[in-house]
Amino acid sequence: MRNFIFVLLFLPGIAVFSQSVPIVDFEQLQPRLQLSNDTTYIVNFWATWCLPCIKEMPAFQKIHEEYISQKVKVLLVSLDFVKHIDSRLIPFIEKHELTPEVIVLNDPDANAWIDKVSPRWSGALPATLIFNKNFREFFEQEFTYLSLKQIVESNLVKQ
Amino acid sequence: MKNKLLSLLFSLTFVSLSMAQGYVAGDKAIDFKLKNIDGNYVSLADFPDAKGFIVIFTCNHCPYSVAYEDRIIELDKKFKPLGYPVIAINPNDPEIQPQDGFEEMKTRAAEKGFTFPYLFDEGQKVYPVYGANRTPHVFLLQSENGTNKVMYVGAIDDNYQDETAVKEKYVENAVNALIVGRKPDPNFTKAIGCTIKKKN
Repeated sequence: MRNFIFVLLFLPGIAVFSQSVPIVDFEQLQPRLQLSNDTTYIVNFWATWCLPCIKEMPAFQKIHEEYISQKVKVLLVSLDFVKHIDSRLIPFIEKHELTPEVIVLNDPDANAWIDKVSPRWSGALPATLIFNKNFREFFEQEFTYLSLKQIVESNLVKQ
Repeated sequence: MKNKLLSLLFSLTFVSLSMAQGYVAGDKAIDFKLKNIDGNYVSLADFPDAKGFIVIFTCNHCPYSVAYEDRIIELDKKFKPLGYPVIAINPNDPEIQPQDGFEEMKTRAAEKGFTFPYLFDEGQKVYPVYGANRTPHVFLLQSENGTNKVMYVGAIDDNYQDETAVKEKYVENAVNALIVGRKPDPNFTKAIGCTIKKKN
C-alpha cells in the first residue's frame, strides 16, 4: 500500500520531468565509459553551439534507429551550459526529434577529465568514443552516416 | 571495401598526426603580421619592451570564448603593465562561421571594451603553426633576445562556467611564475572548446 501511494505521488513527477535532461559530473559518467561487454557503445560529446556537432547529429540518430534491435547503444553527452538546458538543449532535442539518450556533463574542470576520456582528445568538439569488449577507439572528428556505420558495422560483437 | 578501409585508416592516421603537431613548452614561436580591428597590422616585434605575450586564440561566436571575455580583459589589464600583454587572434573562417567576420570582431571588441589587439588570422596561416585546436586556447610566450619561447599552452583557468568557483588560474599562475624567473607548472592543460572553423 505504501508503495502504491509512493508510485501515485511519483507519477506526476515522471510526466513533468520527461522533458528534462539528466545532469551528471564526470565521476558519474566515467563508469559508463568503462563498460566492456557485448554491446557496442557510441558516446558522442557535443553541444548545441557546436556547428560540426549539429551537422553530424543526424548520423547518430540514424545509426541509433538502424541498430535499435541490436546490441548498440548511442549516448549523447551534451556539454551545453546548464543555464542553456531549457532554452537551447531541450528545444534542439525536440526540434530534431532526437531519440538516443541525452545527458548533460556539467563538470567545468575539464582538464581533470579530458584525458580520462582519451589522452588523444584535445578538448575540441565533437568527439566520439566507440567501444565494446573487443574494440575501443576515440575519434576527434566529424562523422558522416557512412563513416560511422562502417566503424560500427565492422566492430559489432558477433553473437 | 578494402580501399574504403584503407582510406579510412589513412584519414585516421592523418588526423592523429595533425593533432600531434603544434607548440609545446620550450618551442620557439613564430612571429606573425595580422590585421588588427583598428586596421593596422600587428606583429610581436612591434612590442620591443614586452617580456612576453599572452597569445589567445579566441573568437566571437564560441560560448566558451564569450564566457572568458571578461577574464581575458582582466588578464590584459593586470599583466600588460608588467610586460605581458594579451594578443587575441580569431582563427576562424568567417565563411563557415559568419559571426567571426572582421566587421563582427570590431563590433564585439567595441561592445566589450577590449584593451588588447584582436587580430584576424586571415588565410588561417598562424593557428596551425601554433597548434591551436579550439577557442579559447592560450599560448604564453617569453621573449628572449628577439625570440619568443613557448612557456605554457592550454586553458585560462579550471572553470569556464563560473569565475567565482575557479580553483586554479592556470594562465595567471604561469605569468606570475615567469615574472619571478620560474617555469610555469603545469605548462600544459586541456579544456573543452569550440573547434576552429575551416573549410574541409
